[in-house]
Amino acid sequence: MAKRTPIDAGLFAGSLDVPRLRGSRCRSCGETTFPAQKGCPACTAQGCEEVALGTRGLLWTWTIQHFPPPHPYAGDADNFEPFPVGYVELPDGLRVEARLLGCDAASLEIGMEMELVLEPFARDEDGHEVVTFAFQPVSS
Amino acid sequence: MKISILGTGLQPFGRHDGVTPIEMGVVAAHAALDDAGLGWNDIQLAFAGSLEVLQPDTMIQHMGLTGIPFTTLYNGCATGGNLLLSAANAITAGAGDIAIAVGMDKHPRGAFSVGDTLESIGLGQWYGETGLALNPQYFAMKTKRYMHDYGISETCLDLTAVKAFENGSRTDHAWRRKAIPQDEIARSAMVCDPLRKFHFCSPSEGAAAVVLCRSDVARRYATRPVELRADVFRTRSYGSFETLSPSMPVKSAPSPSVQASRAAFEMAGIGPDEIQVAQVQDTEVGHEIMHLAECGFCKDGEQEGLIRDGETKIDGRIPVNTDGGLLANGEPIGASGLRQVHEVRRQLLGRGGRNQVPGNPRTGLTHVYGFPGVSCVTVLSV
Repeated sequence: MAKRTPIDAGLFAGSLDVPRLRGSRCRSCGETTFPAQKGCPACTAQGCEEVALGTRGLLWTWTIQHFPPPHPYAGDADNFEPFPVGYVELPDGLRVEARLLGCDAASLEIGMEMELVLEPFARDEDGHEVVTFAFQPVSS
Repeated sequence: MKISILGTGLQPFGRHDGVTPIEMGVVAAHAALDDAGLGWNDIQLAFAGSLEVLQPDTMIQHMGLTGIPFTTLYNGCATGGNLLLSAANAITAGAGDIAIAVGMDKHPRGAFSVGDTLESIGLGQWYGETGLALNPQYFAMKTKRYMHDYGISETCLDLTAVKAFENGSRTDHAWRRKAIPQDEIARSAMVCDPLRKFHFCSPSEGAAAVVLCRSDVARRYATRPVELRADVFRTRSYGSFETLSPSMPVKSAPSPSVQASRAAFEMAGIGPDEIQVAQVQDTEVGHEIMHLAECGFCKDGEQEGLIRDGETKIDGRIPVNTDGGLLANGEPIGASGLRQVHEVRRQLLGRGGRNQVPGNPRTGLTHVYGFPGVSCVTVLSV
């Protein structure tokens, strides 16, 4: 398999072969945040621990991005195709914002089950595939 | 200590090719001073804010180098609200009797870009590179969920835009002065579902200024000062849904707009049912609709009936964004909140012209909301 580079190494927990998002859980109040951070936004405690987030959840809201995002968008703005974006509610007590794959305005529905996938997004200077995270509908 | 507003002024919002934002700030400041019957020499404290201008206080070179303390601040779309609050607080603290707050901006055309360094706003660069980090997406997704939860229709979105451009068409200083038919709004290009082109405001250029003073000296300068009954600034609580959030908790909390408006009503000693004219942040129609409930003017979901019945129009029960709001004026971020104060004061003084709210309104509210979850609410009265 060609070498894959994450768009930001801090987003993922462990190997990309089994992708999991890397969040942080407060040792004091148990609230979870993504991306991982040290301080807890819920209770002000410092010193959160890193956790691998669940990979399945329910679509909480969505939209379709119909115009090419301005700088610093790294996608192909010249051959732009509208893409869906949503928040997926994970069992860890948070909703994660993400690009959505394998769905469109006609098929998207609040409450549908989604799963984490990697999305090839660009190529870096060495020709390696740069990947980001996305969610797609769980195939029934 | 009580605070009164003596004068307000605008560099009308729109496009002003070849005019710098500092020049626009100077125009607005002189308009506010003229309105108050004062000169720059009378001003003891100044506050200015802008997104695009690093140091808006440099306008003092053009106003006159009187040596006064001149503070700058920036709080996203809530900048104007916090400029007024900070000026009022400084007067209350005894730093001076008469102050001016000036907001100015000049944005490039098109959607706001988060720029080169997302780190400067506490986010990773990946967030923008992957095509997230866009305010319109947030506006759309909060609106989408709200419509799902409370049964708000797309017609309700369209009617809110119809009202905005109709009010703009009656406002001589508005940027968008052409009424737009409902079907043209409903057919306009989709930007971020469910929000279309004519549902959104555009970044624009302009400036606004407010001259304020201690209420116990106000009668020396104005026969009819407008009282600043409350001015409250709140940042978000854990659990509110905010723009540019890579994640949000399932645990929910009232928005900063809810927190600020509740505190403002408590400070003013009146309820939302006593407000006779309101300016609320309408970056797009979804947020005007949601802010009606967040500011206490109705319960969640009641907007559908309220708007279909025309109750937010100029002759309705609670006239909202009487000058066309952000939709008809655009948003020069630093100035927007002070434009709201300018408009509510016009209405309270009966100077509303073709968009004057009938029945001599005596109490009004202004509300701004912005990134990263900040809101300022004022209550004004005569």
